[in-house]
Amino acid sequence: MAVSAPPQRDRIRKNPFHQLSKVSWPWRITLGYLTIMLFLPVAALMLKATTVGAIDFWKIATTPVALATYDVTFITAFIAALINGVFGVLIAWILVRYDFPFKRVIDAAIDLPFALPTSVAGLTLATVYSDNGWLGSLLAPLGIKVAFTRLGVGVAMLFISLPFVVRTLQPVLQEMEKEIEEAAWSLGASKWQTFWRVVLPPLLPAILTGVALGFSRAVGEYGSIVIVAANVPFKDLISSVLIIQRLEQYDYAGATVIGTVLLGISLLVLVAINLLQAWGRRYEL
Amino acid sequence: MNSNLAGKSFNPGSGDAQLSSPKKEQGWVKFALIGLAIAYLALILFIPAFNVFIQAFREGIAPFFHNLAEPGFLHAVKLTVLIALIVVPINTVFGLCAAWAIARHQFRGRAFVISLLDIPFAVSPVVAGLMIVLLYGRNGWFGPMLGAANIKIIFAMPAMVLASAFITMPFVAREVIPVLEEAGSDQEEAAKTLGASDWQIFWRVTLPNIRWGLLYGVILTNARVMGEFGAVSVVSGNITGKTQTLPLFVEEAYKQYQTQSAFSAAVLLGGLALVTLVLKEILERKTRIEDVE
Repeated sequence: MAVSAPPQRDRIRKNPFHQLSKVSWPWRITLGYLTIMLFLPVAALMLKATTVGAIDFWKIATTPVALATYDVTFITAFIAALINGVFGVLIAWILVRYDFPFKRVIDAAIDLPFALPTSVAGLTLATVYSDNGWLGSLLAPLGIKVAFTRLGVGVAMLFISLPFVVRTLQPVLQEMEKEIEEAAWSLGASKWQTFWRVVLPPLLPAILTGVALGFSRAVGEYGSIVIVAANVPFKDLISSVLIIQRLEQYDYAGATVIGTVLLGISLLVLVAINLLQAWGRRYEL
Repeated sequence: MNSNLAGKSFNPGSGDAQLSSPKKEQGWVKFALIGLAIAYLALILFIPAFNVFIQAFREGIAPFFHNLAEPGFLHAVKLTVLIALIVVPINTVFGLCAAWAIARHQFRGRAFVISLLDIPFAVSPVVAGLMIVLLYGRNGWFGPMLGAANIKIIFAMPAMVLASAFITMPFVAREVIPVLEEAGSDQEEAAKTLGASDWQIFWRVTLPNIRWGLLYGVILTNARVMGEFGAVSVVSGNITGKTQTLPLFVEEAYKQYQTQSAFSAAVLLGGLALVTLVLKEILERKTRIEDVE
């Protein structure tokens, strides 16, 4: 990287913030904005959490209702992320390796969950998967209810975390030389063996990064789930909706504790994603 | 991200007899894999997306337009556009500054700063809304101060702007950082030695280099601001005709069993998503062509 431009010598030499005058404007704007928009809100949440006290914090964080929402939120998100891990590999594979009609359109459509407002996603999923909806009516005779159950939560999470694995994997797959596979075949490996032993290992970091990103997004998802679920405690109530319910009862301490638990887990996943990406870079030449 | 390199069929070299078996196999495997992938996408993505448009026009065009003329709906559109007009420029300026600060400097903790930028991505929008309530609400940090000055932030427009800005903070920076790094700083330094001012360098050298990445970041920010639901619903109080944006209108209408009305609004937001995707495709192609040149 190149050397940065020397800091501007402004006219504000005389101001008391002598140190600050050595900092260039973009830095000031960046740090100022981050302080007001990011550090302050996070600090407000953390400090509010500390006023609750450790014993009460633990009590509120582990009430049966709260524990049930963690189960619905994290376990469902984890399963959704894994399912998208498998199908994401499949989708990335066919998009990179094969040619078929409407490929460009399908490729572009993968990003729809990024661009479609979550309340619209919730509305349409609730309609399609309700008992008289297009897909719900096919599942109803089998006794499978999706909308307004935990399954609906899962489908919404599948929708929202769909693009991540595909998008992290595509560039890696494109870089991969087919020669390695061809070498494996010519040495007598079956297609299956080639896939498991030769193709998959170098893709793992990208797949896991995509799964972690998808998981993180699914855990934080609120808009589509609140519409597609019945939001009944112990059944399909997620942690984000529990926060809203606590706020509606003016129970700020309760909302803060659940919010802090969610924030903490999100940050842990963020750290994990960064480690995964560092691991993935080892495979780059 | 996507390239046209895909689908090069495997050509075994002449005389490699044993290699013809994978090729024969490939026919049915290929179709099975494509079929499976499309079926999955149909269930999760295509059918639900298609359903938005079908439902909106189920009763025909006239009721659809009738729904669009409701005062509550019109107010939601106005508010949504207004918030976007405020948030998008602010986050664009911040994103440019942050991208320049991060891409043009090597300092300790650089990776940490990039991770900080990702926090709004990782946090549940409800938690984001909660933070803003804890800061500016009646019992929040600034609550007493704001109350004394008679400034209303929570359950009013300012909080909705703050919430939307928080959620979309990283987008511009995230798109611009890689483009800035790619472009390198040689041209900027050349301009500097030739006596250009910082401002001139930015307008004449840096901006043309990053324009497509920047534009994509701006479009993404706009789409997310207009579609933000969770954070805004926490801080807005969701009062029809006062603090209701389009995504909130969709949920409210659905809860009141006005499905038709909900889908009319949803189609507009769906259209916004489609336009965003189309622009993204165009921009990606532009950057690819420039790479080739």
